Amino acid sequence: MRPTTARLLNILVPVKRCVDYAVKIRVNAQQTGIDANVKHSMNPFDEIAVEEAVRLRERLKDKVKSITVVTIGPAKAAETLRTALAMGADSGIHIEVPESAPAPEPLGVARALRAVVERRRETDLVIMGKQAIDDDLGQTGQMLAALLGAAQATCASALEVDVEKRVARVRTEIDGGAQELVCTLPAVVTTDLRLNEPRYASLPNIMKAKKKPIEKLTPADLGVDLTPVLETIKVTEPPKRVGGGKVSSVDELVGRLKEAGFT
Amino acid sequence: MLCSRATARHLARYAKRWQHTSARPALNSVTPDDIAHFAQFLPQNAILSTLSPVSVAPAEIEQYNSDWMGKYRGKSTTVLRPHTTEQVSKILKWCHERRIGVVPQGGNTGLVGGSVPIEDELILSLGNMSKVRSFDPVSGALVADAGCILEALTEHIATHDHIMPLDLGAKGSCQIGGNVSTNAGGLRLLRYGSLHGSVLGLEVVLPDGTILDNLSTLRKDNTGYDLKQLFIGAEGTLGVVTGVSILTSAAPRAVNNVILALPRFENVLPLFKSTRRHLSEILSAFEFIDRTAYELAVKHGQGKGLTNEESEGAECFVLLETSGGSKEHDEEKLNALLETLLESDPPLINTGVLSQSPTQFASLWRLREGVTEAVSKEGKAYKYDISIPLASFKDVVDATKEQLRKKGLLHENAVKHVLGYGHVGDGNLHLNIVAAAYTQEIEAALEPFVYELVSSYKGSISAEHGIGAMKTHAIHYSKSAVAVDVMKRIKHLFDPHGIMNPGKVLE
Ligand SMILES: Cc1cc2nc3c(=O)[nH]c(=O)nc-3n(C[C@H](O)[C@H](O)[C@H](O)COP(=O)(O)OP(=O)(O)OC[C@H]3O[C@@H](n4cnc5c(N)ncnc54)[C@H](O)[C@@H]3O)c2cc1C
Repeated sequence: MRPTTARLLNILVPVKRCVDYAVKIRVNAQQTGIDANVKHSMNPFDEIAVEEAVRLRERLKDKVKSITVVTIGPAKAAETLRTALAMGADSGIHIEVPESAPAPEPLGVARALRAVVERRRETDLVIMGKQAIDDDLGQTGQMLAALLGAAQATCASALEVDVEKRVARVRTEIDGGAQELVCTLPAVVTTDLRLNEPRYASLPNIMKAKKKPIEKLTPADLGVDLTPVLETIKVTEPPKRVGGGKVSSVDELVGRLKEAGFT
Repeated sequence: MLCSRATARHLARYAKRWQHTSARPALNSVTPDDIAHFAQFLPQNAILSTLSPVSVAPAEIEQYNSDWMGKYRGKSTTVLRPHTTEQVSKILKWCHERRIGVVPQGGNTGLVGGSVPIEDELILSLGNMSKVRSFDPVSGALVADAGCILEALTEHIATHDHIMPLDLGAKGSCQIGGNVSTNAGGLRLLRYGSLHGSVLGLEVVLPDGTILDNLSTLRKDNTGYDLKQLFIGAEGTLGVVTGVSILTSAAPRAVNNVILALPRFENVLPLFKSTRRHLSEILSAFEFIDRTAYELAVKHGQGKGLTNEESEGAECFVLLETSGGSKEHDEEKLNALLETLLESDPPLINTGVLSQSPTQFASLWRLREGVTEAVSKEGKAYKYDISIPLASFKDVVDATKEQLRKKGLLHENAVKHVLGYGHVGDGNLHLNIVAAAYTQEIEAALEPFVYELVSSYKGSISAEHGIGAMKTHAIHYSKSAVAVDVMKRIKHLFDPHGIMNPGKVLE
């Protein structure tokens, strides 16, 4: 690589297929997990990550060389990749696991992603959701940055990349305000809700996405073991909300509050 | 022989009499004595009245006196909110004897002024009757109190994997009794048909207090006249619906929706044809939104669809929905359709978006359902809900616009927008005129202009919203004198004192 021409930007966006956020979650009869036979879609934070990558390309044009989306999941997770491709990513990687396999944990996922990054040798920026709405663990991005020895900026609400200077400028929300971070690439940035509003996949792009390549891999191909290290003992629903009642006077209200133990 | 001729003569005389009695029978106002009577069998919380001894502030009954659009306002002093059919029966029996006018009120989302009094009629609100009585997951028959909110019923049966045969933008407030009473059409009619088919039975309290229990859950029942049909779409003029038995369907296992941007209105018809051919049994909605309606919906935050670049240059939009039993099968059909549409020469559509998740699915629907709400946020709307041939949708909007322009009324301080949207699959256009304020002048420019226009297409002046107080004078544009006369006789048979929703439907 000649030092005069800046290296172009290669972006990796991990996406996860989750139970859709509009679906009412039901615990299964055995209390080992939830009823998964419901509508799934891309984790909303990942959608934001894909959108941000596509917007970077819209701003930086040819300086963004590639946008690759990667998912770990059963065969159906390919749909999630197709959605990301229809939003504007160039190619996909599907690390396929059996339908019956337990959900991978953050450390396993981070190791798999590291393997993907190392295999490709050219990732400059990983943009990923700050958490997945199914397990809400919120750790994968941080773990991946640590494993890669890369810079990290979590919960981004704005992102700018200077390809020539090889830095990412990230605004993140903190208690009482915002802070600006400057990270040297390669970096891992995790997305917050306010970063952008993801676009809908348009019909021409959906058609084009059908022809974009998806590479299939297994965890073994990457030399990672996704077996969970945590054991789920029991899954239960939160206690049911009991409906409120109307009181007809202040005295009654005070009485009820006392009954309920507020004094 | 003789007997039947005598009957014929009698009917003829009867008809004549009615033709001359257009003035409403004299009705009495509610008095404190009436309140005292109601208090004997109604709990305290079921009586809201500005009369003594209850004496609530007028503001407390304001919401019952004014309609959803803020166009019609009643002067009622009293709202009763019974909990049981027996209480409804006792109320009507008393009002019948005392000749007090009664306005049944559901969610008060009706768009033709039917749900609020014209004078000071008593308002009978069904809101406290909101229990599901039974649901049979095998047949899909749902029996519920008339005051159940449509959305609550939708959620109730969703746990049994069933869906209501109707859905409309007002679902969060409108009641099943109100839906039946207006024969509401809505967004699923194309697939599940009208309430005349899906309602299995009704429990109705007749104006004299008699309870007519027709709450059948039978799919087929040919025993005598099908009385329930009379109450479907009667707008509260024949009695109070207190219970509804309705056939619901197994929920589709796969649903998809798409918003398409069309370069020209002329493409709607070929698009509809092509869609029906490709999708056949899985097509469940085909909704039309013109550019003005689309922009108002976007402006007032009703969901999100295409980007500005994508919607640019589109004259109108179509939302189509599929519902079926197999995701793969449906998607294959839908994709084949979309490919054809994009590749046809010249293309029927500019572009479109296909929802990728339940959230996006809901958001695309909100864009269409939210037009009604967006219009009401933008200004005061004159709403004409008409059935006309699909090919004339745009002509009607354009002709109305031209009429207003000619009268010098098309500007910021008078009429701001003229727009059209609606249920293409049912030939139903919602023609909306959004004004800065309701004025005599605008009304005079629109009526009878719109009615005559519709009539010239042999259309209906009320496709699904009903007649209410708004169109009583215009019913003859769509119904013959003979038909109106038979309606009046039916009204007299059920309600000889004319207490039920006086001044609505029939003059
Ligand atoms: C945002 C919005 C979207 C809409 N979309 C559609 C649509 O797509 N399709 C459509 O057809 N309509 C639509 N409508 C109008 C529609 O007629 C009503 O929303 C609904 O059907 C009325 O139900 P309701 O409970 O609010 O009845 P109300 O408005 O309270 O009453 C309507 C009429 O029925 C009578 N009535 C009500 N309950 C009873 C009862 N239990 N017994 C006897 N009479 C009764 C009233 O006296 C009145 O005449 C829409 C309205 C809004 C505000």
